[in-house]
Amino acid sequence: MANWVPLWLHRLGSPPVFYRFAGAVRPWAFGLALLLGAVALYGGLVVAPADYQQGDAYRIIFIHVPSAWMSLFIYGAMAVAAFVGLVWRIKIAEVVAMESAPVGAAFTLITLVTGSLWGKPMWGTWWTWDARLTSELVLLFIYLGIIGLYHSFEDRRQGARAAAFLVLVGAVNVPIVHFSVNWWNTLHQGSTIRLLGPSHIEASMLWPLLTMMVATKCYYVASLFARVRADLIASEGGKAWVREIALGQSGNDPA
Amino acid sequence: MSQFLAMGGYGSYVWTSFAAFFIVLLIDTLAPLARRRRNLRELRARLARQENRRRPGTPPSNESNA
Repeated sequence: MANWVPLWLHRLGSPPVFYRFAGAVRPWAFGLALLLGAVALYGGLVVAPADYQQGDAYRIIFIHVPSAWMSLFIYGAMAVAAFVGLVWRIKIAEVVAMESAPVGAAFTLITLVTGSLWGKPMWGTWWTWDARLTSELVLLFIYLGIIGLYHSFEDRRQGARAAAFLVLVGAVNVPIVHFSVNWWNTLHQGSTIRLLGPSHIEASMLWPLLTMMVATKCYYVASLFARVRADLIASEGGKAWVREIALGQSGNDPA
Repeated sequence: MSQFLAMGGYGSYVWTSFAAFFIVLLIDTLAPLARRRRNLRELRARLARQENRRRPGTPPSNESNA
């Protein structure tokens, strides 16, 4: 591998470098998320035809499924960052892990709410204690537990280390959520999109779904970077580079 | 247009879902921006207090030095 890749990652581990990098990337990631999200919604709500069984109610899939993917993807990203933070004690990795949790919790909440709103007309019930729904609810509680543990310590780094352990322990729930529809046959349908083999979906419905998936990924980057920047201002408040930002521009800092 | 909004009779479920999606993400977008501004403001106040303790009698604003 080229030498500049680890070198660049090493430099990015420095809080002021990451702060500037995050500030530069955030507006682009957010803009891309808005653009792709708008295209995906147009494709999903206007272009794609109604489902032959579910009519127009199936259109909830275009936000429900990407949100559910994000609830697991963000947990994976958070677990990697927590592991790196615990092993190598890289401060930025700890902050990235801790600030991922609220975004993951937001997507998990969206998944549960939209799933409930989809379940009522299709299954005839808002909620059922089936494997997929229950494990997703547990995922929300794990996210909230991580956020709570992080904020319950006076010392932020101590809190981050304790919560990072919880992240790694809670990771056992991720495969349970993912495979629950295969292991237990209940109300929730199986996977529609499959990485291996053909997907059970029409192309006109597939492309808005995949576009929304990319949009939510971009959104995660934008939201995470905004959170990391806010976190660094507080946790690095004693450092000269943060003082310069605080005193340099009075209030309205671009980006 | 009204046919589009009706969503084949499932309009209330579909639009409530999309509203939940956007409201949650809007809060998630605005919260960290406000938190960063608040953190900067608190840091400025703390630095002003420290400056005041170091040189008593100096008002916390920079303009008095001029």
